[in-house]
Amino acid sequence: MSYDLTLRVWRGDADGGELGDYTVEVSDGEVVLDAIHRLQATQAGDLAVRWNCKAGKCGSCSAEINGRPRLLCMTRLSDFDPSETITVTPMRSFPVIRDLVTDVSFNYEKARELPSFAPGPRDDDGKRRMMQVDVERGQEFRKCIECFLCQNTCHVVRDHEENKPAFAGPRFFLRYAELDMHPLDTHDRRELAQGAAGLGMCNITKCCTEVCPEGIRITDNAIIPMKERVVDRKFDPLVWLGNRIGIRSKDDEGRTEV
Amino acid sequence: MASTDAGVTGPTRARIEERTLRQDRWWLSPLATFVVFTAFVVYATVRAFMGRDYYASPYLSPFYSPCLGDCVEGASDFGQPFQAFPLSAALIILVFPLGFRMTCYYYRKAYYRAFWLSPPACGVAEPHSAYSGETRFPLILQNAHRWFWYAAVVVGLILSFDVVLAFRNEDKEWGHMGLGTLLMLVNVILIWLYTLSCHSCRHAVGGRLRHFSKHPVRYRLWTWVSRLNVHHGRYAWYSLFSVALVDLYIYLLAIGAIDDVRFF
Amino acid sequence: MTGNEMSGSETGGMERHTYDVVVVGAGGAGLRAAIAAHEAGSRTAIVCKSLLGKAHTVMAEGGIAAAMGNRWPEDNWEVHFRDTMRGGKMLNNWRMAQLHAQEAPERVQELEDWGALFDRTDDGLISQRDFGGHRYARLAHVGDRTGLEMIRTLQQRAVALGIDVFMECTVTDLMLDTSDGSRISGAFGYWRETGRFVVFEAPSVILATGGIGKSFKVTSNSWEYTGDGHALALRAGASLINMEFVQFHPTGMVWPPSVKGLLVTESVRGDGGILRNSEGKRFMFDYIPEFFRAETADTEEEADRWYDDKANNRRPPELLPRDEVARAINSEIKAGRGSPHGGIFLDIASRRTPEFIRKRLPSMYHQFKELADVDITAEPMEIGPTCHYVMGGVEVDADTELSGVEGLYAVGECSGGMHGSNRLGGNSLSDLLVFGRRAGESAASYAAGLGARPQVADADVTAAATSALAPFEGSASGTENPYTIQQDLQQTMNDLVGIIRTGPELEASLAEIDRLKERARHLLVEGHRQYNPGWHLALDLRSMLLVSECIAKAALERQESRGGHTRDDFPGPDPEWGSRNLVLRLDAGGEGVELAHQPLPAMPDDLKTYFEGS
Repeated sequence: MSYDLTLRVWRGDADGGELGDYTVEVSDGEVVLDAIHRLQATQAGDLAVRWNCKAGKCGSCSAEINGRPRLLCMTRLSDFDPSETITVTPMRSFPVIRDLVTDVSFNYEKARELPSFAPGPRDDDGKRRMMQVDVERGQEFRKCIECFLCQNTCHVVRDHEENKPAFAGPRFFLRYAELDMHPLDTHDRRELAQGAAGLGMCNITKCCTEVCPEGIRITDNAIIPMKERVVDRKFDPLVWLGNRIGIRSKDDEGRTEV
Repeated sequence: MASTDAGVTGPTRARIEERTLRQDRWWLSPLATFVVFTAFVVYATVRAFMGRDYYASPYLSPFYSPCLGDCVEGASDFGQPFQAFPLSAALIILVFPLGFRMTCYYYRKAYYRAFWLSPPACGVAEPHSAYSGETRFPLILQNAHRWFWYAAVVVGLILSFDVVLAFRNEDKEWGHMGLGTLLMLVNVILIWLYTLSCHSCRHAVGGRLRHFSKHPVRYRLWTWVSRLNVHHGRYAWYSLFSVALVDLYIYLLAIGAIDDVRFF
Repeated sequence: MTGNEMSGSETGGMERHTYDVVVVGAGGAGLRAAIAAHEAGSRTAIVCKSLLGKAHTVMAEGGIAAAMGNRWPEDNWEVHFRDTMRGGKMLNNWRMAQLHAQEAPERVQELEDWGALFDRTDDGLISQRDFGGHRYARLAHVGDRTGLEMIRTLQQRAVALGIDVFMECTVTDLMLDTSDGSRISGAFGYWRETGRFVVFEAPSVILATGGIGKSFKVTSNSWEYTGDGHALALRAGASLINMEFVQFHPTGMVWPPSVKGLLVTESVRGDGGILRNSEGKRFMFDYIPEFFRAETADTEEEADRWYDDKANNRRPPELLPRDEVARAINSEIKAGRGSPHGGIFLDIASRRTPEFIRKRLPSMYHQFKELADVDITAEPMEIGPTCHYVMGGVEVDADTELSGVEGLYAVGECSGGMHGSNRLGGNSLSDLLVFGRRAGESAASYAAGLGARPQVADADVTAAATSALAPFEGSASGTENPYTIQQDLQQTMNDLVGIIRTGPELEASLAEIDRLKERARHLLVEGHRQYNPGWHLALDLRSMLLVSECIAKAALERQESRGGHTRDDFPGPDPEWGSRNLVLRLDAGGEGVELAHQPLPAMPDDLKTYFEGS
């Protein structure tokens, strides 16, 4: 069954733009990206939209649908009433390039600032051994498809452009947590996470978790544990006391601060 | 409440006038949080400052437990070291549960959204022109959450002890139970669920480890706490209601407005 | 420029950059090649059409085939080599298959050094899973998102090394220095964001552009898969081989229409899933070919026992190589035993517990739940064949990945030979790693050993710019919409050059491609050069048309059925053809392609012994 959908799409560039109304024929089982593609193929050949896999795996088609950060390819039209107008805008935290495409280089700059994985030597047989339970937390974080919806929705930078230099954002807290929980990493990045990455800027209002299309529990499983790890290092009376009297966890041994 | 030029209406962003294009009732959740929390704070403040009607043998209100000030007879199970304290005895100990909840990762989310509107909801621009998160005083004190958690465990133990004592009748004879006992029991279970599902607890029991495989017992504990932790927000609300309800019940008993329902 | 650059810094004119090695494409192969070139001391740049980390490698689900022997100590490179050759129906370049099998394990371990978190065995080693055509459980994996893990790991490694990345930048022409023979001197491209042109001066160019799937209507491939590398190589004077072999993955989604073709990983079958027709019959037992009969179970009981006891049982027929399974599914559907939406049923729900399925196949669970409202732990999936991979590609030297043109290397899906007539699942990711590294190293060493660097001629740059802007020039006389031409091409390839082919249909397809080429001369592109998808498609169309012609032409020529090439009029393989590759080059006019026969490289006798008695 097909019907005419009313779409409002933001068209424009850095110099300005506006929401334009379009009517597109769509059918059952389609997603918002299908409607955008049909619009592109039939009415607006130069409508700029970023997309790749159309399966929720690459994280390219991030945008805002009715004001909510979503992947265009994973938002089904059946979630809306056929008579409802669907409004699609680019992500509003990043500089707009054109139409639905934004300049997400902020995220790539932040990626560069993060010291990479630094393992010790391999075992004698040339292999590495890690137990499944030790890698599972990191695996959850590595499901991240880098759609940057969490970065987009985070009010720390969405509402405060001036915070961008000092704040890495949820996607990279995920990365800090992944490395800090990695059983073979030899770096201690806690100071860096708190300082350069701006972990303290996060007030755990959880919008990153709400918008994550992969369902990664960013706040509960990455950001809060990272905050707790920072507390271990700086603010915990018992950890301090333990260190003073020589009872200390051996779990952190072999790591050096970066 | 216009947002500043540095936010979504800033010069590099897509030019869209509206501070949000959300069409759902995004304001409902922060509004409900605001109303309920405000109601609780008002009620708790009034009750804490009253300094009376908190004990109806054998029940002691959780707001006043342990009763360390100049308390009514029978209410103090741990002595009265602060007998000279001039104000309500509740004020001596309430800082611990209050501090625990104020610095709780769930409550922080709830009140930052509902009271400080930072942000009011996802994808809705906040009204503030500057933001520094929890990097400075006083909010940097949120990092003391685990200190309060240590205290909250003690408070939990004391409240559990109170429940045990509530298996007595008015004349302190054992082996009895009333509606008050049941309410206190439910309350203490919810308090424990809330306390044990805390993110700091999750970290302390095992989350801080990098090698679960070398600490199987702590890993097991961590998986249990993790399972509870998913519902931390829910337990925060339930225990908030239950603690107020138990206090209200004891208040009504103490002023003689109702009689305790005795089961046996 | 320090990397991850998204746009040119110049405000006007032509942007120029000088490197030793330029890698076109940032999928697994491109990233691995760039890392190798960088580590070998070259100034290296990656140029890619999308953002970094979005390349099609993320779609790979099952795993990386490498004979590490973590689950089955009996496994080694020789077994892997044999599986690969047999999977490719012996048409593989034996040397590539050998290098691939030998080097894959170390390439996988390397990923772990760079931070990849593979699933583990009980004793902490990298876990390995079963896949079609592989004798032992051999695929290193992370749930069913192995490709994502691989690309993210390589991406993070490239970023850590500080390799320059030109994102959303499309290469449209290779630059040649013809002063002394014909050598690569660089590449010409445009920034998608601004439409401005950019010239890369580099003696080595590595093509890692992936496949051609977007020329087909039902495909698991993304928009990027337009055969750019294939076309660039042809136009630079290199040759393509094996272009008739296109792999149709047996299991793509068939419903809803918007996701038709989307991949359903082979791991579903590796982990116990089976195929049934509308009558409920497990039909694969009817389609076991003679070639694989000795190693395939012929009863359901034996097949089911195999998952736990591989030593004493033979493999289930669902795990035959992909070409066999795809053809079987196609036949069942044609015989009217298909599912309601024109596929057949893939059932894991009745065979494994919901917990097992969610743990092992999380993305599949998610994909069906979100996109089709199907709970795969409770009901069977509807699936059908989808265009997935092209075995053919740029003809390269097995050891160095050097094409016929000096300085031009090709690696990954856009290179040819490694997989013969049919690729085994899991061999693609390892292919990217093994030959990516080799290409990077040889490109770097070639660049380092050069005396005088080849020069980019100004006239060539001007010509490339004119050609890139041609779609706008048509606005006076143009009438054709690029999107429509693309759709017509996809329909043609799907209908006439699809999974089952016939001579007359292939002839018809060639005629249609000619007509489409003519229509493509009268394109009308709206708007301006800044981030204009219509224009981008118009440029990509040239590659798609050229590569489609290669496929159709080679398919018409090869009068037999083998691997990813099935001719209804020539069913069955022909030993005559089994020792021959078809090679394609650009014709004298520069618009079409010409075809030649070439004998397969001869395998040394010591390797031949692996195939005796089979």
